[in-house]
Amino acid sequence: MNPAQSTSQTKGKAVFAGPAPQEMSGARILMAALKSEGVDTVFGFPGGAVIDIYDALMRTDIRHILVRHEQGAVHAADGYARASGRVGVCLVTSGPGATNTVTGIATAYADSIPLVIITGQVPTHLIGNDAFQEVDIVGITRPCTKHNYLVSHVEDLARIVREAFHIARSGRPGPVLIDLPKDVAKASTLYTPPSGDVRLKAYRPNYRPNKHQLRKVAGLMAEAERPVIFAGGGVILSGGSEALTAFARRTATPVTCSLMGLGGFPGTDPLWLGMIGMHGTYRANMAVSNADLLVAVGVRFDDRVTGKTDAFAAQAKIVHIDIDPTSIRKNIPVTIPVVGDCRLTLEALNTLIGENLPQDLPERRAPWLDRIDAWRRSHQLAYRQGDAIKPQYVVEVLHRITGGKAIVTTEVGQNQMWAAQFYHFDRPRHFITSGGLGTMGFGLPAAIGAQVAFPDELVVDIAGDGSIQMNIQEMATAMQCGLPVKIVILNNGYLGMVRQWQELFYEKRYACTGMEVQPDFVKLAEAYGATGLRATRPDEVEAVLQKGIETPGPVIMDFVVEREESVYPMVPAGAPITEMLLV
Amino acid sequence: MTAERHIFTMLVDNEPGVLSRVVGLFSGRGFNIESLCVAETIDPRISRITLVTLANPPVVEQIEKQLNKLVNVIKVRDLSGDDSVKREMALICVQAKPEHRAEILRIVDIFRCKVVDVGLEHYIIEVTGTEGKLTALLNLLKPMGIQKIARTGTVALLREPN
Repeated sequence: MNPAQSTSQTKGKAVFAGPAPQEMSGARILMAALKSEGVDTVFGFPGGAVIDIYDALMRTDIRHILVRHEQGAVHAADGYARASGRVGVCLVTSGPGATNTVTGIATAYADSIPLVIITGQVPTHLIGNDAFQEVDIVGITRPCTKHNYLVSHVEDLARIVREAFHIARSGRPGPVLIDLPKDVAKASTLYTPPSGDVRLKAYRPNYRPNKHQLRKVAGLMAEAERPVIFAGGGVILSGGSEALTAFARRTATPVTCSLMGLGGFPGTDPLWLGMIGMHGTYRANMAVSNADLLVAVGVRFDDRVTGKTDAFAAQAKIVHIDIDPTSIRKNIPVTIPVVGDCRLTLEALNTLIGENLPQDLPERRAPWLDRIDAWRRSHQLAYRQGDAIKPQYVVEVLHRITGGKAIVTTEVGQNQMWAAQFYHFDRPRHFITSGGLGTMGFGLPAAIGAQVAFPDELVVDIAGDGSIQMNIQEMATAMQCGLPVKIVILNNGYLGMVRQWQELFYEKRYACTGMEVQPDFVKLAEAYGATGLRATRPDEVEAVLQKGIETPGPVIMDFVVEREESVYPMVPAGAPITEMLLV
Repeated sequence: MTAERHIFTMLVDNEPGVLSRVVGLFSGRGFNIESLCVAETIDPRISRITLVTLANPPVVEQIEKQLNKLVNVIKVRDLSGDDSVKREMALICVQAKPEHRAEILRIVDIFRCKVVDVGLEHYIIEVTGTEGKLTALLNLLKPMGIQKIARTGTVALLREPN
């Protein structure tokens, strides 16, 4: 801080109502602004451009989780946000520190997760000079952030931080990046703690649904013979799970979820159809394809859900509820669009429908529910037991011995699909997975973030032997910060999902999917100071899981599973979702 | 579904990077830009972008929604209908051989444009009008030899009610 400047700026100022403004450096203003947003944890990695910020961070009570790679910082903040519903915060340096965050940011953007990423930047007078560790991270992340900022003047910093948090958490949430040059962090100005709501003239998400549209939806619900509710991540993000469950039960309507929606509706409810889409259940895909009304809530009709769009829910009128107007009619034509917050919309529908439900509704639904039950009985999720451990069995046993209560993160690929299929999620924010971007290496750092948010909960990363190695360095983070995450590796020595495609669609030409050299995961765990366990036979699975869960601290459990097991059902990419390959 | 021309006008924050957000949206999502025109409004904090695109109706709907979603875009309007005024300006450098000079000046007169630069072998003509007028003028000048051309792209404003 420059004392001369400080004197000249504070002298003769008028008396302020509210907290007195203080002369502070940009770095300290950033800390004060983070505190006023309720931030208690930052995931990060220091460097030259953020050394002033770290110096200020050290003097606060904000917890810092030191990761081993910046990608890990963003995924950990993401896991923290998904588990807790709060905004995840990262702090990294300029240049490579900033570029290493890009995959994590794109992951959060694809799944609408609220994050604030603070990147250091070279001093403003060097910007554009190809300075050491300079990169145009605002330009690079423009297409994968909800919004981003370059802070040019320290006077703007407090406002920008406040706007960033507001944008990240409101409307359809998403990641917001703040690029903070080193000289701006060093410069000082008067800081007044912000008060009142943030008002942006060009950003006003619409939360309240249109009442006329709601009446039409209620009308369709009353008329429909074969309705299905299709719920997605929007239900979880909006806190709408209870309203969804009430809506489904009141209208006796079966529910399917996208991958992102799992846990938004109880996975053990009689109205539960299972997941929809490429690896969805037979009954979910058949129900949607035969429905006369599809009520889609907080979804975006991803291609992994719809398959061939022309054939998707072809007999149904479609209601689409979403807070983001761009999601509506992007991929699928819609009969009734409803722009609004999922929770508020479902609550409004519950109120509306509560008064006007036909008396004979349960009887009228009976034939439809019977038909669905026949589909359920004819084609259950299944696998054949053999001499080798089946990966599905590991997930089933995990579900049983954890009572379905663990917070489960996943990597991406077969491990992710088996977790989705066989760990029957009953509660929101307990299934944390990279759905939209499909980022391998997500699960371990996300588990770390979830464990930071819930230190006393059991957090399990269901991983593949391929994905886990993409961010395995975060084992050191878990050890250093005392975060007892449990890692279940379904180890088949392959990049299994790609191998499965090669088996089914490329005549078993396994191009570059065999992982012939693997680390010894037990010794690897031990090298980090953690515990490593291994199971190679089905009868060892339960004991290893039990021991792994009971062992304090981080544990890697290496399950050597059937090498060429595939995920079924499977809809080939681009086919109608009724064309399922079954076990 | 056939592609239609649409003219979008939008008010945006006059800040660095805003144009890049708009253009990046179009390139990233595979939308088409026929022409683009940007300048400050009477309020120096706000700029107006006029953008002409060619797209089928569902894509036009997406474009408008996606533009509205950008945090720096204050207001978007589709000005494709008749209730707006549309103009484009062009500077046309046309070859002016002695035997064509009088003819060129006659055309300039008929189209009410201006000659803004004269040389031994060329005129530079300034023309303002609708896209149709510019096309007609260019068709007449083509036989003389058009050496260079700079067009602004369409700008448009909604007509005020009487």
